[in-house]
Amino acid sequence: MMSYRFVMGLILSTLVIAVGSYFYGIAQYDALPVVLWTDSLIYVLVVAISSFIIYASSKEHLRDPWRQVFQHRYGMIALAILLIYVVIGLLDSVHFRLPAENQSQDVTQETVYSGEVLSLLDVVITPIREQEEKTYSAPFATHLFSKETIEHADGTRTREYPRLKYGGAHLEDPHADWVDDVTSNTLTGAGYGLAVWFAVSLLIIVLIALSRKQSIGSTFSDVVSGKSHTPWRAVLITLLILAVLVCIAIVLAPKYHILGTDKVGQDVLYQSLKSIRTGLVIGTLTTLIMLPFAVMLGIMAGYLKGWVDDVVQYLYTTLSSIPGILLIAASVLMMQVYMANNPDLFETDSERTDIKLFFLCVILGITSWTGLCRMLRGETLKLREVDYVQASQAFGVSQIKIMWQHIQPNVMHIILIAIVLDFSGLVLAEAVLSYIGVGVDPTMHSWGNLINGARLEMAREPMVWWSLVAALIFMFILVLAANLFSDAVRDAFDPRIRKQ
Amino acid sequence: MLAYIFRRILYAIPILIGVNLITFFLFFVVNSPDDMARMHLGDKRVTPEAIEQWKIERGYDKPLVINGNSDGVNKFTDTIFFENSVKLFMFDFGAADDGRDISHDISQRMLPSLAIAIPVFVIGLLANITFALIVAFFRATYVDVWGVFICVVIMSISGLFYIIGGQYLVGKVLHLVPISGFEDGIDGIKFIILPVLISIFAGIGSGVRWYRTVFLEEIGKDYVRTARAKGLPENLVLFKHVLKNGLIPILTGAVVILPLLFMGSLITESFFGIPGLGSYVIDAINSQDFAIVRAMVFLGSVLYIIGLILTDISYTMVDPRVRLQ
Repeated sequence: MMSYRFVMGLILSTLVIAVGSYFYGIAQYDALPVVLWTDSLIYVLVVAISSFIIYASSKEHLRDPWRQVFQHRYGMIALAILLIYVVIGLLDSVHFRLPAENQSQDVTQETVYSGEVLSLLDVVITPIREQEEKTYSAPFATHLFSKETIEHADGTRTREYPRLKYGGAHLEDPHADWVDDVTSNTLTGAGYGLAVWFAVSLLIIVLIALSRKQSIGSTFSDVVSGKSHTPWRAVLITLLILAVLVCIAIVLAPKYHILGTDKVGQDVLYQSLKSIRTGLVIGTLTTLIMLPFAVMLGIMAGYLKGWVDDVVQYLYTTLSSIPGILLIAASVLMMQVYMANNPDLFETDSERTDIKLFFLCVILGITSWTGLCRMLRGETLKLREVDYVQASQAFGVSQIKIMWQHIQPNVMHIILIAIVLDFSGLVLAEAVLSYIGVGVDPTMHSWGNLINGARLEMAREPMVWWSLVAALIFMFILVLAANLFSDAVRDAFDPRIRKQ
Repeated sequence: MLAYIFRRILYAIPILIGVNLITFFLFFVVNSPDDMARMHLGDKRVTPEAIEQWKIERGYDKPLVINGNSDGVNKFTDTIFFENSVKLFMFDFGAADDGRDISHDISQRMLPSLAIAIPVFVIGLLANITFALIVAFFRATYVDVWGVFICVVIMSISGLFYIIGGQYLVGKVLHLVPISGFEDGIDGIKFIILPVLISIFAGIGSGVRWYRTVFLEEIGKDYVRTARAKGLPENLVLFKHVLKNGLIPILTGAVVILPLLFMGSLITESFFGIPGLGSYVIDAINSQDFAIVRAMVFLGSVLYIIGLILTDISYTMVDPRVRLQ
């Protein structure tokens, strides 16, 4: 019975930690908060989700399907992975500008802020953000990828692979020490990971025991034998793998470029982490933007019928008859022309790229609301003939109230399923759009841009494969988790599947 | 039947007008022709004469909707709206920015697109149905569970990976086929094999999963129980009854994309250097040739609407319960 409140409580507390760290960050660094467009929408989304969780916790019919999701083993594993992505994405959505470094000592003067907009994530992973090499280097390399002419102290010149500025710079003799150093660091990281994992799982087990009013010992044996309602054993194993991997990365990243560096020497791990926010923004905000239109128009068309229905049907038939990718390409092209002609609208570079990301979401939203709208219209057409709707009509309940109180809750499952199903498709679409040249800004960190940049280097011998593989793996894990989670949600919410 | 088809075509006209208005709005109202000229000519400090020249060359120097300087019908025909949008209805796409005739280009590029799209469509459909039937046959066993899981994994990998990985493995490491290029006639097959295989594989995850649910829905129906009750073996039930009835939604669902096969695939064609309509669009986007993008948007929606009409007609043909009213 407790699994709904418990899991939702965990999710909520993650959000609270995120909000807390925001204020901490501002206070700590005396920074100027910057709220980008997409940031503010993300905050809206966070508030909406939190209030939905609190609202749903008192409604049995809303809690029940979620409980079923939490009992789904793959669904829970996917949720654990998704939460890690979400935390990174949220950290990356808190932006500020630090005070410029050469500040005058005069206290009365206003602080001057640097033009660079940073996020909390940037601060957390400062080492890999700042450790830039000259150009390509392979994962864990100690030497650059290409040969350079080096002038020695005695005046002779040789062509060789120069040492990296940061990657393995602490090694005396890279050829001899490299294997030992990497192994010992990996083991240290794994040790930390185990320790963190032990602490977290102990905390979770104690919390479960408290919420069930059960002894810790019996809770422990329930979890270990896999008898708990929520598949905690699977979740804890997932967390173990994640904790070990993350801790190994934390230990190794400042000393080596775990995923190599790109053409201008930037760490690929840093780029992949920064891309998470872009992927999440496109996957969620697009739906958030189109949702009000799709829901309102769909329900109105189905309930009111008549000319409203005709207009809405005409609207979505027309929009959906243009092949999606062409409409997106045309709109993005036009947006690019507009922004190129009005460059003074934006204060900083990141504001410009952010507006571009925002408009990409709007454009994707315009092209993707039609499917949901059509489904909602069909469902409403059926619902309006149901007895309780007919009864409220007879009692003279206003049309708006009927639509909001009787129709809307009964199409909620369709909306929810559509949200989770769309997510993975949108994340994948971002990469394709960026490849075509109608995606996010080329300077923005995104998996599409990473792949696009790496594609040009495929012809090199030996091949530069790491940015490509890194982007694809990060994207694959997110999309796979989202797909598995959406399956669990669909199984729990779709009444046709539930019956079976 | 003829009256029905005629009525459906009439319904399509307001939709096409809507598409036309959207493209007109996007391409001429959001940004004035001056903005486009400035973007195209590149420099911020470009001279007004150069902009005028650019607009005159493309006929963008006219008023948008109503020309006050002309008389009679010319008031409406001598405008950007008429020249560039209304003429699309007569499939007169005009000239691209480099002066080439778009209609001619499109007719040239349709065949290479079809050379890839038709094999992908036919073989892909057969493969999806076959695998879906296998999974449905072993439903609720480990074959089913793992089959669906593998489908989800295939779906979760970006299509870009299949193309890049396939090109690397088959073209570069194994040297089986050329990495990219195109050739007419029989010799061209070696260029087609790899893109076709990769496209089929990239689509197999979602296809098999979808068709599996279609078949499972059929298996749950009463006539299947009757067939089993009269003692028909399971494989006969599956391949005779379920397959036939399941094909109705599958084939009618496939009809809608038939006309769109002409458009080709943007990504596949540009990666494999196939001179089809997909790479035409990509090239147009990269060189910011708005005339081509506009023409392709219109062509795409015409083909989609034809697909919708064909779907409705095929429904009435395969399923006698559907009435034409």
